[in-house]
Amino acid sequence: MLLSLQSVGKAYVSGSTRVEVLRGIDLAMNAGETVALTGESGSGKSTLLHLCAGLDRAESGRIEVAGRDLTRADDATLAALRRDAVGLVFQQFNLIPSLSVAANLAFQARLKGSDDPGRIATLAGRLGLADLMHRYPEQLSGGQQQRVAIGRTLAARPALILADEPTGNLDEATGDAVLDLMLELVAEAGAGLLMVTHSPRLAARLSRRVHLSGGRLA
Amino acid sequence: MNARALILAILLPLSAQAQGFAGLGQTTDGYTLPRRGENLAFPRDHGAHPEFRIEWWYLTANLTGADGRDYGIQWTLFRSALAPGNPGEGWQTAQAWMGHAGLTTPGGHFHAERLGRGGTGQAGVTTDPFAAWIDEWRMDSRAAPGSDPYAALGLTASGTEFAYALTLDAQGPLVLHGDRGYSVKSDRGNASYYYSQPFYRVTGTLTLPDGPVEVTGEAWLDREWSSQPLAADQQGWDWVSLHLAGGDKLMAFRLRAEDGDYTTGTWIAPDGTATPLAPGSVTFEPRATVRVAGREIPVHWRIALPERGLDVIIEAVQDAAWMDTTVAYWEGPVTISGSHQGRGYLEMTGYD
Amino acid sequence: MRRTALSALLSHWRRHPLQLASLLMGLALATALWSGVQAINAEARASYDRAAQVLGQDQLESLAAADGQRLPQEVFVALRRAGWLVSPLVEGRWSHAGRSVQVYGIDPFTAPAGALPPPVSESGEITDFITSPGLAFGAPETVAELDGAEGLPRLAAAEGIAPGMLIMDIGIAQALMRAEGQVSRLLLAPDQPLGRTPLEQVAPGLERRAPQETADVAELTGSFHLNLTAFGFLSFAVGLFIVHSAIGLAFEQRRPMFRTLRALGLPLRTLVGLLAVEVMLLALVAGLIGIGLGYVIAAALLPDVAATLRGLYGATLSGSLSLRPEWWLGGLAIALVGAGVAAAQSLWRLWRLPLLAPAQPRAWAMASARGFAGLAALAAGLAVVAVIAGVYGRGIVGGFVLLGALLLSAALALPGALALALAGAERLARRALPQWFWADTRQQLPGLSLALMALMLALSANIGVGTMVASFRITFTKWLDQRLPSELYVTARTEEEATRLRAWLEPQVDALLPIWRVEGPVLGQTAEIYGVADHRTYSDNWPMLLADPDVWARLARAEGAIVNEQLWRREGLSLGDPVPLPGGAVRPLVGVYSDYGNPRGQVIIGVADLVAQFPDLDRRRHAIRTDPAAVADLRTALVQDFGLPADNMIDQQAVKDISLKVFERTFAVTAALNVLTMGVAGFAMFTSLLTLSSMRLPQLAPVWALGLTRAALARLELIRAMLLAALTMMLAVPVGLILAWVLLAVVNVAAFGWRLPMHVFPADWLWLAVLALAAGGLAAAWPAWRLARIEPATLVKVFADER
Repeated sequence: MLLSLQSVGKAYVSGSTRVEVLRGIDLAMNAGETVALTGESGSGKSTLLHLCAGLDRAESGRIEVAGRDLTRADDATLAALRRDAVGLVFQQFNLIPSLSVAANLAFQARLKGSDDPGRIATLAGRLGLADLMHRYPEQLSGGQQQRVAIGRTLAARPALILADEPTGNLDEATGDAVLDLMLELVAEAGAGLLMVTHSPRLAARLSRRVHLSGGRLA
Repeated sequence: MNARALILAILLPLSAQAQGFAGLGQTTDGYTLPRRGENLAFPRDHGAHPEFRIEWWYLTANLTGADGRDYGIQWTLFRSALAPGNPGEGWQTAQAWMGHAGLTTPGGHFHAERLGRGGTGQAGVTTDPFAAWIDEWRMDSRAAPGSDPYAALGLTASGTEFAYALTLDAQGPLVLHGDRGYSVKSDRGNASYYYSQPFYRVTGTLTLPDGPVEVTGEAWLDREWSSQPLAADQQGWDWVSLHLAGGDKLMAFRLRAEDGDYTTGTWIAPDGTATPLAPGSVTFEPRATVRVAGREIPVHWRIALPERGLDVIIEAVQDAAWMDTTVAYWEGPVTISGSHQGRGYLEMTGYD
Repeated sequence: MRRTALSALLSHWRRHPLQLASLLMGLALATALWSGVQAINAEARASYDRAAQVLGQDQLESLAAADGQRLPQEVFVALRRAGWLVSPLVEGRWSHAGRSVQVYGIDPFTAPAGALPPPVSESGEITDFITSPGLAFGAPETVAELDGAEGLPRLAAAEGIAPGMLIMDIGIAQALMRAEGQVSRLLLAPDQPLGRTPLEQVAPGLERRAPQETADVAELTGSFHLNLTAFGFLSFAVGLFIVHSAIGLAFEQRRPMFRTLRALGLPLRTLVGLLAVEVMLLALVAGLIGIGLGYVIAAALLPDVAATLRGLYGATLSGSLSLRPEWWLGGLAIALVGAGVAAAQSLWRLWRLPLLAPAQPRAWAMASARGFAGLAALAAGLAVVAVIAGVYGRGIVGGFVLLGALLLSAALALPGALALALAGAERLARRALPQWFWADTRQQLPGLSLALMALMLALSANIGVGTMVASFRITFTKWLDQRLPSELYVTARTEEEATRLRAWLEPQVDALLPIWRVEGPVLGQTAEIYGVADHRTYSDNWPMLLADPDVWARLARAEGAIVNEQLWRREGLSLGDPVPLPGGAVRPLVGVYSDYGNPRGQVIIGVADLVAQFPDLDRRRHAIRTDPAAVADLRTALVQDFGLPADNMIDQQAVKDISLKVFERTFAVTAALNVLTMGVAGFAMFTSLLTLSSMRLPQLAPVWALGLTRAALARLELIRAMLLAALTMMLAVPVGLILAWVLLAVVNVAAFGWRLPMHVFPADWLWLAVLALAAGGLAAAWPAWRLARIEPATLVKVFADER
């Protein structure tokens, strides 16, 4: 089992009101599976993704990623999990602005201590970044930046890729191209992908789809 | 900080440490030299001779305490001219004075040193009445008017851990060494004026860390002055003054040089009759050394004078009688055994 | 992992070199001013210590006459012959033709073991040393200064001797200082022989004194060095404001990066650790640069400091600076501590920051009323501290606590005060553009407040110190006129010549006034005791602060003494109190006079009274009253007819010139530090504006879009900076005046013993205001120019990015 959620709940307190964002979420994902997570704005899609990435903590239930229990893990363990097992692709591209494209691509692999120049070069070629390696993020278009972010994640060979509206900032044509590329590379790597999207059109391209509504999965 | 270098410079103005022990072999330009046949006159010659470069009043005493133990003391006042012709006055007087005091017990050895210059009254020698002093150390005549000022002396010295105050009464006459006081020190004619008063009976008090000790004994005063007593290659000497049982006394020394030693001395009969010894007639044979102040010092000697039937072993009362002063040397009481019995003083210089 | 993360963190600086430069420069400047001042102090301390170490005086007890006068050398001989191991020392000042040197006469024969200066003990020239003309050892620079001076022994340069000092044999020194047969002190060897005669029997009237652990000059100059230190610290504080703002900015700008790094799996603990390492690396680099700059500053200031110390205190400093670990290590340490303090807040915030917190750096520049309120509370607390220090504080430390609390309080209150002023202006504004201008200025305050605080500190220090110096100059000049009424001052070469000179001058001049003095202990400290003639020169001119009506007559009748202000204040004396003189005589206090520039206590009695008590005093100096027009002829006659060397007389104007020169140099250092502090503050403004300008595009773009040209926007930026500088200046004036008052009425009294009337110089403030405006304008010039030339596309992009 690559990802397993059992009765996961999460609430935010804002002033005197308590908002239950997630209640009793159960989800299971196997290696190589690609799952689309859809739902209305504010339905808790991103929150669920953050919980799976160990960026935030659930209030109840149990989350396991690649056999590791996140529920009671400390900060350092969660950080190690993100470094070793999980790859994140955000809606905002979250590149490091002061590093070149090449350095950004290799960054997460280096953090993990498994820098493989050959793989980086292959990925850069596949992602169409080969000629842009010495540029800085601010000199790239949005689509190019997101391709760098995807490349950075894949270079580190994570078992589970978590993507939050990875094409949300891109126009439709560019977004489709980037998503095609990502799905292709995820399949090649044999990784699992959990992708948040509000677009049924994009969700349809993944192997499975789960819908979040009223804090519950359907 | 090298105060020693300074004091050496004070005492040895031409900075000629290579010139015999303590610079005593330096050249003598401008200074008066001893001459054979010059008659010494007293009390005049008890006083200082500033026209000569170097001079000393040197007293050693073998003492026995009320506690039955053997003691020895040394009291020396050195005078050294910094420039010939005795120029300057007050602070600028070119006469440097140095006092050494030693006190040897069977258990240890104390010493002290004083320096001063002559022009201020801090140190000096007067003849009438006779007094030699540096700071509070004094050697005063207590002789009756008309008699030799050395016939009776008072003697004091003190250091941070010891002091002594002694009264000395001469039981015999002054003794002139060599040729009427002209004492030859090398084959090349280096010489000094040298006479002694070896017949003192002593009483007095030693102050030791454990308290005062009343003592009695015998003492020997040496007076010597010169401008170049040693030859340039003479590196040191071994000197003894021996009070032999039966009243005879022997002064003998060996001057060590690269091309052979020079030994001589004086045999003094109980009535004061002095017989100079022919050079080489007395022999010095070191028997054993001890390590003192980082050097090998022969504190055990065989001394033989065949013409007098003397063949004795002398041994230090206290091996560590090292005078760790500006010019360092060994000076301490000895006991005599063999053909003759008795006690005396041994001085050894130039063991580096 | 750590190396990868650290290189990512450091890559920020590669892309923001100016920010890096401002951080490094800020820290380097702060360290530079601090370590420069410390270098000067360390050099001075070393000089004083070396002076104190002459003949082991810092280790050895000594014997001296109870009245502080020299004693006959027979006492030395008597003590030696009584068993006391003492070594004589004669000490004095040799001056001739404007050159002056401290002379130590020693006796190498009796000096205690280890007490002889190595050059003396290692020299083989003992005969030359003790016999005429003698041999004197001095520092190479001292020997060079005295080159060609007549009357001195042969000079030999030797390392390790304090500058301004000559060491020679006692006999030679006695002759040089005309102190034949006299010694100043006797040094006691640490180990004494048994059986000494008690001291009272051998030499009654001698006092046993503890080793001089510090030289007299070290105590006298203590307050001067404390002043320097305080200034160094002020500069450092100003520098820290820059560092704090630069580090804070760098942290805020990298918040997105921090979030990304953590999302990619860098543990928080590692991230904070790496940032701390980064700060330390930067501090180390800046500290080293700062120490280098500090060396340059110190080397540049040292000649003025040395001249001041020499003129005011007679203390001589080495003219060259050495790299002493006590200041360069201290400089490095304070750079690290300073950077640590500046970074602590940012690191703490990062530590507490939730991973998913918004990553926009905007918070840094957001107006925060609560932040200002906190600062204002802190300012109020410090103001209370200042008041307490002012009311209850004692001495120079109390004065500096008051100063520090006052300045910090004012600085911390500044942003709140400015915010209030700007809010008021905003409410008064009717038209849209002014309204936006005031609001926008207010919004920028947090980003600029640290730089403005630094500017405020620099400006108030400038006003305060400037007011003090100018007040001092006015008072001092007036005082010099009163204090130096005589037309000509002459010094005979010998007592015998002095007698002939008096007889020769008497019929030719209006009055011949003795300037005779001794030194000795008065109320526990060494003081000068002068004797004055009964002449209206004194009653007409002397700068009395308070006095009995018949003060001069009472001095003439040996029925009173007057003291200088510093002695009066130190001892809290009132008129009529007894003034015990060295040697046992007591005179009632009948007056107090001001005596600026003199670090020591001083007593004046009638000249006949003085001679009666100290018959052996030096009677060679006189002041001459005569027709000013006749001075030139009199000088000529003194040289040609009487035969006095021209060097042995000095006229009133020359004395005044020398005094004023000493005065000017005293404050040259203060002025230089002031200028440097201003520079640091200006630099702080510049870097803050520069960084703000890059973050402000989202705020400026809408205004531009609404129809304001880029040039107009740039003009407004420039005006804004100058306006803020002007407002800061307005607030700095009262703070500066309070500062000046504290300096004059508290610090000066504690440090020097005199209080000065305060004079105010509004013209100087105007000049300073121009300077402040220029600093603000210059700081804003480049950012404004960049704004005027910015590509419209860049502004448009703001809208594209803004979501």
